[in-house]
Amino acid sequence: MPKKRVAIVGTGQTYHKSHRPDVNGQELINEAVQRALKDADLTIKDIDAVVIGNMDHFEGINYVDCWSVDGSGGTMKPVIKLTTGGTTGSTLAIGGYHLVASGFFEKVLVIGWEKNSESDTTGAITTAFDPVWDRLVFAGAISGLAAEAQAYMAKYGATEKDAARVSVRDRKHACNNPHAQLRREITIEDVLASPMLADPIHLLDVCPRTDGACAVIMASEDCAGKVTSTPDWIWTTANRHKYTYLGDVNWGELDSIAEASREIYAKAGIREPRKEIDVIELYQPYSFAGIIWIEDLGIVEKGKGAEYIWSGATDMGGELPINPSGGVIACNPIGATGLIRCAEAALQVMGKAEARQVPDVNFAISTGFGGCMWSDMLLHGKRKPDF
Amino acid sequence: MTDIFSDVEPMVFKSRINVPYAWWTGETAERFFLALRDDKKIMGTRCPVCEKVFVPPRKVCPLCFHEKMAWVEVSSEGVLESFTIVKRQLAALTRKAPVIFGLIKLDGADTSILHYIENPGHEDIKIGTRVAAKFNEERSGSMQDIACFRPIS
Repeated sequence: MPKKRVAIVGTGQTYHKSHRPDVNGQELINEAVQRALKDADLTIKDIDAVVIGNMDHFEGINYVDCWSVDGSGGTMKPVIKLTTGGTTGSTLAIGGYHLVASGFFEKVLVIGWEKNSESDTTGAITTAFDPVWDRLVFAGAISGLAAEAQAYMAKYGATEKDAARVSVRDRKHACNNPHAQLRREITIEDVLASPMLADPIHLLDVCPRTDGACAVIMASEDCAGKVTSTPDWIWTTANRHKYTYLGDVNWGELDSIAEASREIYAKAGIREPRKEIDVIELYQPYSFAGIIWIEDLGIVEKGKGAEYIWSGATDMGGELPINPSGGVIACNPIGATGLIRCAEAALQVMGKAEARQVPDVNFAISTGFGGCMWSDMLLHGKRKPDF
Repeated sequence: MTDIFSDVEPMVFKSRINVPYAWWTGETAERFFLALRDDKKIMGTRCPVCEKVFVPPRKVCPLCFHEKMAWVEVSSEGVLESFTIVKRQLAALTRKAPVIFGLIKLDGADTSILHYIENPGHEDIKIGTRVAAKFNEERSGSMQDIACFRPIS
């Protein structure tokens, strides 16, 4: 149990783009940090510790915790770096939560960032896989996702058209988010006509490469109410890893998100997630996951994901909107991506999501996803947790 | 020496991954490199709050987080803050050993820059020695546009 309850009291993001040649890494980080401080009406002097992260090998800088202090404001403060692949951003959020929940730090600045444009994404991601058994056979991010999609389609009969409907939803939602990279609507025909990258994944089914940063300020219950009148309370977090080798994965179902969500529902007393959760910011790196993972999350029964998507229930104005921000398909500065999910969920709870606001959000979920099918999850609430 | 592998057949898997990098300097550093290349000038930024002058230039003051830094030219001469003489030809060394690495605080700056100190005949170099930048005739917009710093009396 946490020693202190923890709330998000401020968030900041860059306007994410494919390339940011006008700033270096520290300057990019600083843009997000300054916006988060302004949002919380705090100064860098108020911050007790910094947690920062990005993807290993993406920028080729191995001591980001130290190198980034000009931008993070970490000069002469405790700083740690966390990096866990795709889940880096959500792990940062969980790490920041632990630091405040432990009672050791009152206000923690959490930063995720990436300059994808500075290197070769697939080359760098390949280093995440086992060098003897998996690397050079299953390199990069897309192959694993394609294997998942194929297995799911074989089991439940979903189609490429079903998946395209998810891309169409997220790209439409992104038009409401000034921070998203890809802000143009697409059609199902556009998705199906886009180049096939790894069967059945088309170009428009999958996330882009983005330069961007996100910062979140977390505060303990002792001061959260003084910082903001609308804190986003972090109710609980969960994290699951399962496999080392790609051949061990239960392809077609995401066991890690299934277990993480059950832990969260049990802790928070959620019995009917579809009715009790008001919005989800899902780390959904490709469209098929928008069908498969809502089943694993227990939102709908196995095999019913596509039907639920087609019903419009996950669109803005639907029963359970997913990715009001436009999600990962519209914007993906990888080390920041999971933290953007967390920040966007916080904005929904705080009532600050502007054109992408879902009305009356009491509970929001944000997730993170990484390479060998692992998952992070956070439950955000308007009400202070009663445990 | 004993060959520790004499009784075993080492099983290793060799591979190489190519991850080329291209780092954006950003507009702040770009202005520094253009002034160096085109005018042989060394520019810094000054924080109006703490009044520190940073070289390399910072877009935002790392100490005050002030966002409106002022551009200032600093001298191409300064003081050696610390140094070492590298005698072994390390793999990462692009020049022929021995070379001197020095930290130079230029007149008008509050932070030091790292560069080579001209070597032959100056073995009596010490902390506090005054040095001046020696610019290359051919300049492309990088720290290598300065060949080295050389001691002056």
